[in-house]
Amino acid sequence: MKNFDQLCCEKCWHTPQNPCEHFIQCCTEGPLCHNDEKCREEISSLRKRLRYEEHELPIIIIGMGTCGLASGAGKVKEIILEELKKLNIEAIVESTGCIGYCAVEPIVDVKLPGEDRVSYCEINPKIVSKFLHTVLVEKKIFKEKLLGTHGKTNHDARNINEIPFFEFQRKIVLSNCGIINPDSIDTYLAYGGFKAFDKVVRLMKPEEVIKDILISGLRGRGGGGFPTGKKWELAFKQKSEQKYLICNADEGDPGAFMDRSLLESDPFRVIEGMMIAAYAIGASKAYIYCRAEYPLAIEKLQNAINLCERYGILGDNILNTGFSLHIKIKKGAGAFVCGEETALIASIEGKRGMPRPRPPYPVEAGLWGKPTVINNVETFANVPPIILMGGQEFAKIGTEKSKGTKVFALSGNVKNTGLVEVPMGTTLADVVFKIGGGIPDGKEFKAVQIGGPSGGCIPEHLIDTPVDYESLKEIGAMMGSGGFVVMDEDTCMVDVAKYFLTFIQQESCGKCVPCREGTKRMLEIIERIPQRYSTGKDKNEQLLRFKGMIHLQRLADVIKDTSLCGLGQSAPNPVLSGLRYFREEYEEHLYDRKCSAGVCKELLTFTIDNEKCTGCGICLRKCAVEAIVGEKGEAHYILDEKCVKCGMCVENCRFDAITVN
Amino acid sequence: MHKQIFESYQPLDRSSLIPLLQDVQNIYGYLPENALRDISDFVGVPLSRVYGVATFYNQFRLTPLGKNIIRVCRGTACHVKNSANILYALESELGIKAGETTRDKQFTIEVVNCIGACSIAPVILVNDDYHGRITVKDIPKILKKYQTTTSAAKKSEKAEVAE
Repeated sequence: MKNFDQLCCEKCWHTPQNPCEHFIQCCTEGPLCHNDEKCREEISSLRKRLRYEEHELPIIIIGMGTCGLASGAGKVKEIILEELKKLNIEAIVESTGCIGYCAVEPIVDVKLPGEDRVSYCEINPKIVSKFLHTVLVEKKIFKEKLLGTHGKTNHDARNINEIPFFEFQRKIVLSNCGIINPDSIDTYLAYGGFKAFDKVVRLMKPEEVIKDILISGLRGRGGGGFPTGKKWELAFKQKSEQKYLICNADEGDPGAFMDRSLLESDPFRVIEGMMIAAYAIGASKAYIYCRAEYPLAIEKLQNAINLCERYGILGDNILNTGFSLHIKIKKGAGAFVCGEETALIASIEGKRGMPRPRPPYPVEAGLWGKPTVINNVETFANVPPIILMGGQEFAKIGTEKSKGTKVFALSGNVKNTGLVEVPMGTTLADVVFKIGGGIPDGKEFKAVQIGGPSGGCIPEHLIDTPVDYESLKEIGAMMGSGGFVVMDEDTCMVDVAKYFLTFIQQESCGKCVPCREGTKRMLEIIERIPQRYSTGKDKNEQLLRFKGMIHLQRLADVIKDTSLCGLGQSAPNPVLSGLRYFREEYEEHLYDRKCSAGVCKELLTFTIDNEKCTGCGICLRKCAVEAIVGEKGEAHYILDEKCVKCGMCVENCRFDAITVN
Repeated sequence: MHKQIFESYQPLDRSSLIPLLQDVQNIYGYLPENALRDISDFVGVPLSRVYGVATFYNQFRLTPLGKNIIRVCRGTACHVKNSANILYALESELGIKAGETTRDKQFTIEVVNCIGACSIAPVILVNDDYHGRITVKDIPKILKKYQTTTSAAKKSEKAEVAE
């Protein structure tokens, strides 16, 4: 037996056309219908093999998520295969998703027969040969690049969950990520996959499923935080011959990548969550709306759906229970607003992705006017563990109103970037300093940006705020989908506000006036702040600058109160949180005409230190506006009136001769 | 050429409009006018609406692209790590602005909101190859790698993923 869709003997007869009720149970515990020693032995040894517990050859597992590939995992795999040939060692080379520690990719795991699986990090093509020689020939731990062992801590290696990055995490959603092979349904089954669905579809009524989810207190992980159980209940009560289920994987927030990682590393988990939801609300058709910018995630999902259909886990009359479900992938076309549910529905229907007023809510009239439930990827991934552990058990994790865990995409100016999953109620400080390892290069922490363009920047004095829906809202940020960008002293808050407003302004669909026009005016006001005196365009510039600042607050309130959808209503948040916590920085730009972070270029002056300048001429060549003059071999000078403050000379100078102030 | 694609779709089904546009763009690299007309007839949606959809979404373009497409990520993490400078350096190196194509049709610069590789910011994507943690100094080297490649060499390079 090589995989579960081969029958163990003629007594087993499961096919997608003629499904057996006990197929999943058989794979995870079986065989059930006949008590045959040989079959039992065969199935259990297959399970052990798939879980890497029983094998004769060494297994090498390479993390091949987008972050791994971007760090060079593809090349590393090639070289590993070459080296194995050279060493004349037979080994199984498998791939897995992302374990979350993206900062130290490419991660390569090695599992020798009878020993624990050991993870190594930052394996680059140059050290592959030495690495393989140490672990496969000498059979020793490759200490230089050791991350941790998946077994018990011993004198050679610490358990991977005891290293600081993982120590404070609690993995429920990400438990399989970076461990299992995302291309193999057999591996997922061997790790107890589809058990929750099996339990639901055979033993529970839809009402019971919904009740369990209600008890668990699970709330939408896409940002809004609406109780998932309640949404399902509303849809369940609708009377309609056709209902739809949609998985929202249009992760448009810049700085968020947990949905991508989850879909790449554990697509079956998301599908299982969708199957349970579809059963609970009575939907027989489901869509996954995924960004076209995530080609790998789409590929893995499509492969997973095909495999599920081949095994009879998706399709008509699943496991002979009468329940049918078909899942289709819809590719987004690059519009941020399509993350909003009504806009997403319009996009699936082939229209421009524009939101419409609610009510009626999608649970009443959604896709093609039929009741539709839309949940986020992470929400669905939470469902199978809730069913298995029970709603009550799940509700013990987290805070009073926010249950469970939350996955954050930790990035920006922090040492350990990657995906982290923490129980609700963990403080921001713990995420930044304990898990993230603090700020690199000895810089000062300044702020953390949560919730993407809808969220806000949280300053240092509020860093002990616990992560939950209410606390974050109170301090002017928002859970959002989980982008968590750390900023150090070199980040200018006015620039960040400008960045987000530019983004929102570009992505505004243009349907409602407050968002279309309001964000444009707001961006103008913010853009004026770091502009230099007397650019000659407008003589009243200075006056306009102050006038704009006076109106900023009111404009923000109007946009907030009158926009049609969540994108517009939360559009002023980056500016408002900036004004609330970093007012002195705005004032410094306005009154002192200074940007102490050194980001707002127009307020800077560039000078060349003639002691350090060797006259190599590289800055002169790189300057696009010919603002640098000087003879070769002699110190150069910058002509301030010509300089456009692009900073290219600083970036290209090899002698640190150019100073900015 | 694009009419073959129509075979795998149901006619007069509005929901296949966006997938059709995506598939057609995959062939030509952009959406030519005659293809838009054919799609309009096939889906049964007025051409004005098809044009509306094609201009609403960032993914679609109505003008041809260069041989190599450089996508500069401008996500939050990349922004904090100074991707604005990377973009500026690319623009001045190639002498074009974002969204434009060089005169020799070698390069097109596009700005994308986030490609989800925040942990290795700042990132640019040249064709299908990721280049992470880059600085302004790396740019001439990266461009040179693609400048001379012929289409056959490009294919083999696509297969091996970026370093």
